[in-house]
Amino acid sequence: MSQHYTSTAKALHWLMAILLFGLLALGFYMHDLPLSPDKLKLYSWHKWAGVSAFLLVFIRLIWRFTHRPPALPESMPKIMQLAAHAGHLALYGLMIAIPLSGWLMSSAKGFQTVWFGLLPIPDLLDKNKELGDLLATVHQSLNLLFIAVLVGHIGAALKHHFIDKDDILTRMLPRHSKENQA
Amino acid sequence: MKRFAFALAVAALVPAAQAVEFTQVQAEKSAVTFVYKQMGVAVDGKFKKFSSQLNFDPAKPTAAKASFDVDLGSVDTGAPEGDQEVAGKPWFNTKAFPTARFVSGSVKALGGNKYEVAGQLSIKGKTQDVVVPATFTTQGNTGVFDGSFTIRRADFAIGEGAWAKFDIVANDVVIKFRITASPK
Repeated sequence: MSQHYTSTAKALHWLMAILLFGLLALGFYMHDLPLSPDKLKLYSWHKWAGVSAFLLVFIRLIWRFTHRPPALPESMPKIMQLAAHAGHLALYGLMIAIPLSGWLMSSAKGFQTVWFGLLPIPDLLDKNKELGDLLATVHQSLNLLFIAVLVGHIGAALKHHFIDKDDILTRMLPRHSKENQA
Repeated sequence: MKRFAFALAVAALVPAAQAVEFTQVQAEKSAVTFVYKQMGVAVDGKFKKFSSQLNFDPAKPTAAKASFDVDLGSVDTGAPEGDQEVAGKPWFNTKAFPTARFVSGSVKALGGNKYEVAGQLSIKGKTQDVVVPATFTTQGNTGVFDGSFTIRRADFAIGEGAWAKFDIVANDVVIKFRITASPK
């Protein structure tokens, strides 16, 4: 059994990490801006990046289902292994639910998403103010939940590295793959 | 006396025999909407309050007259902050210019149910000549005018300052209307 992630899995993981941190930061920043041309521009960028993340999560899932990830260390108690799997399940669930809620919110608010200004994403809902406001709350709540799970994800990785001193964190780092492939 | 009764009978019949003149605008069955592009994406909105005066006899279309007043403060852009923004100085400046007004000039019949209404559109203290194509259809006892025309927001100084460039909000704005009217 391989002890490291494939290079593709690592690339997808870190690409997603960069994209999601950018999306989170942009989302919270743009939300409180007064209306201006820049605000509208940032909203469009956020929506384009969100659609990209939505596509990327499916690519990740396809890769995940066709490439078995390395097993968790046997030294890990069963309950912690279960928590790790639940945490990853929550991350994937939220990576699907959050862009979906954003897409539905844009539809309900009457602002269609056109990916990079070129590819129109169909509106799944008709314009509906109340539903749009509700979906905005859903989008925001899911993101707060996502941040909580992310804190757990990063905290766990750091705990494995500095306290347990195992390879859970390093096996997702780019350098690790070179060492193994050499 | 007999003659008077006869005259009354004829008078009663005449409106049915003559072409009717549509003058009573039914606000609840009429609408003014608009579509513009925001970073290439079509976004629509509407005006909730407007009033209209109309005299239209399909038998004498060139004698038709129409005027239209739109309460710009009643704009619905789809977002409350958008509504507030466009009421402000860079856009409609509704405090100084609360109403947009269209007054018809000449009316041309293009054949079929198609007409072309030339007129003047005044928004934010600026007046432009516009040509508005419209169709007229009767539905039972009421007549319905449908049409749309494109204005350039810069012609009326709608969206000044930071909004003056067209990269985010396009210059062209399509105004669509539906006016439902019944005879007197």
